[in-house]
Amino acid sequence: MTTILEARGLGKRYGRRWALQDCTVDLPAGHVTGLVGPNGAGKTTLLNIAAGVLSPSTGTIEVCGKRPASSAAQLARVGVVAQHTPIFAALTVAEHLEMGARLNLTWDDALAWRRLDALRLDPKQRADRLSGGQRAQLVLTLALAKRPELLILDEPVASLDPLARREFLQGLMEAVADNEMSVVISSHLVSDLERVCDHIIVLVDSKVRVSGDVETLLDTHYRLVGPRRDTTRLPSDQHLVEARSTDRQSTFIVRTEAPIADPVWSVSRIGLEDLVLAYMSQPTEGPRGRPLEVAQ
Amino acid sequence: MIDFWLDSRSGVAPYLQVVQQVRHAFRLGMLREGDQLPTVKDVVASLAINPNTVLKAYRELEHEGLVKPRPGVGTFVTRSLPDDMIEIYRPLRRELESWLVKARRAGLDHESIEALVASTFRAEQDVA
Repeated sequence: MTTILEARGLGKRYGRRWALQDCTVDLPAGHVTGLVGPNGAGKTTLLNIAAGVLSPSTGTIEVCGKRPASSAAQLARVGVVAQHTPIFAALTVAEHLEMGARLNLTWDDALAWRRLDALRLDPKQRADRLSGGQRAQLVLTLALAKRPELLILDEPVASLDPLARREFLQGLMEAVADNEMSVVISSHLVSDLERVCDHIIVLVDSKVRVSGDVETLLDTHYRLVGPRRDTTRLPSDQHLVEARSTDRQSTFIVRTEAPIADPVWSVSRIGLEDLVLAYMSQPTEGPRGRPLEVAQ
Repeated sequence: MIDFWLDSRSGVAPYLQVVQQVRHAFRLGMLREGDQLPTVKDVVASLAINPNTVLKAYRELEHEGLVKPRPGVGTFVTRSLPDDMIEIYRPLRRELESWLVKARRAGLDHESIEALVASTFRAEQDVA
């Protein structure tokens, strides 16, 4: 797996509080990676460090093989759609594009105007008069016009209505189909991520719980329901992700490459949302004490 | 040209849904030799799905010999459903219909019929 981002023991401290601590993570190049995890897991801090907006207190990080924000050329390689999609309220849509053209080393003006046209955004409109969806689309346009190697999106659709959300993701996927770029997108909306991402990372307390190709993950996780059984009695090729038991019944979520032969279980597939929740609800160290990496 | 849709609650992987929809359209005669499939960009722009999902589906269909990509142009259907397939389907369908009547008379409801068909199908596949 070639990586576009490599973080090793990355940490960010504010006074005594660690916003991110000892985070080690790889982002695959050429993929759309979904970053999920509970609030406070460190997602935004990690993305801000990757974007070069924050500098880390500890550890190392390389984005496209270099330290974030180490040069103007490095800044040009990374496009960012920050949380709450910040804009300049008093500037018009066109002025945002002009500013983008002046401030960026790489700037594809034709792409930017083509997107405005397709979105039917009025260039003369003041940015604070735009709807939430239009505003997010404007910020995405600015990020895409840089022609970045890595596009970072932090909760881009959280505050949008379902239609605006779908339109935003349509535009994003169209851009991914057109340009060779890697994308990382953090979101709580796993159903959206399931459509747009081909790789997923679950981050809890700065640690990667699971990282892998979405389809491979879905193909190797099962829900087993049957009479109560001790968790230690599972075959060695079945890795327990989540276990719940009543006095009569056990419900396990397991990962395994092999088919499940034991006839006592009723076996079903799980969706990405259940899979993510199962990993998020694990105790901190996880049953095996190490993150799961699934081969591409 | 056909259109794809995505059922996010079906539990079927998105790429497989695309594959199945192409096969389905082919079997129903909606796709014939020479017809073009929607471009990857069109599909991702309408469904908001990952381009790799569509590429994977089209590769699978190519592997089956149903479609072929023409670089820079698009992906095209390379076969037509043989006319005699329709002749083969018709009597099989009639048999199925009379079987369904029998199952209903025996008191089976929709769910029981589906379960019976699915389990018989699985058992037969295991033998084969």
